[in-house]
Amino acid sequence: MPEGQITEGRSALARARGLGSAKEGVGHWWAQRVSALLLIPLVVWFVAALVYHTGTDHAGVTLWLGAPATYGAMLVLLGALFWHAALGLQVVIEDYVTGGAMKIALILLTKAACLGLFVAGFVALTLIAFAG
Amino acid sequence: MSTAPRPLSPHLQIYRMQLTSTLSILHRFTGVALALGAVLLVAWLIAAATGADAFDRAQSLAGAWYGRLLLFAWAFALFYHLANGIRHLFWDAGIGFDLKSVYLSGWSVVAVSVLLTLAAFAAGYWYLGAF
Repeated sequence: MPEGQITEGRSALARARGLGSAKEGVGHWWAQRVSALLLIPLVVWFVAALVYHTGTDHAGVTLWLGAPATYGAMLVLLGALFWHAALGLQVVIEDYVTGGAMKIALILLTKAACLGLFVAGFVALTLIAFAG
Repeated sequence: MSTAPRPLSPHLQIYRMQLTSTLSILHRFTGVALALGAVLLVAWLIAAATGADAFDRAQSLAGAWYGRLLLFAWAFALFYHLANGIRHLFWDAGIGFDLKSVYLSGWSVVAVSVLLTLAAFAAGYWYLGAF
C-alpha cells in the first residue's frame, strides 16, 4: 500500500499538526536583536577608543589591542558584528533576490564570508596579543 | 484570476518619500555599507598584526583625503545605524509607535548621528593636535 493513502482524507490542519515545534520560528529575528543589544556598548567603546588612538603609532596601537581586556572585548565585538551582519544581509538578499538557487547560493556565500572575516580578525588579534 | 494590473505599493515612480520611509531605507543602506566597512576593519587588524610597515601603510591610506572621507562616511553610517537601531528596539518593545513619537524619534536620530559624527571627528583632529 502506498504511503500517501494513509494520510488521505485528513484536513490540512490535521497534517500540519505534529509536524514539529514552532518555537524556533522567531530564532532569526531574536538573534538579530540580541546581537544588536551586544553591539550597542561594544561599538560605543570601540569608536571612542579609535578616536582616542588617532595618530598613535604601531607600537601604541598593538599595545592597546593586545591588552587582555581589549583582546576579549574585540573578540566579542567581532563575533557579534559578523553574526549581526550575516543575519541582516540575509534579510536583504531574501527581499531582493528572487529565484531559489541564486538566493540560497548568495546567502551561503555571505555567511561564509562573515565566518571567514571573523576568523581572520580572530587570528590577527591573537597574533597581536600573544606574538606581538 | 482576472484582476486588472494594479500598481504595487509603494509605487516608486510616484511615491513621495517621507521622513519615515527615508530613515527606513537609510537603515538598510547603512547596514549593508557597514558590513562592507567591516571588511576594512579586519584588513586594518591584519595590517596591525603583520608589522609596523604594513600598519604604517594602512594608516597612511586611512589618513589620505579619500581615507578620511571614507572614515567620515563610516562614522556617520555607524552612528546612524546605532541610533536608529535603538529606535527599532524600542518599537520592538511596543514603545513609540504613534505618529508624533515616530517623527520625534526620527528627527532625534538624525540630529544625534550628525552630532556624534562631528564630535568624533573634532576629537580625532584634537588628538592629532589640529587645535
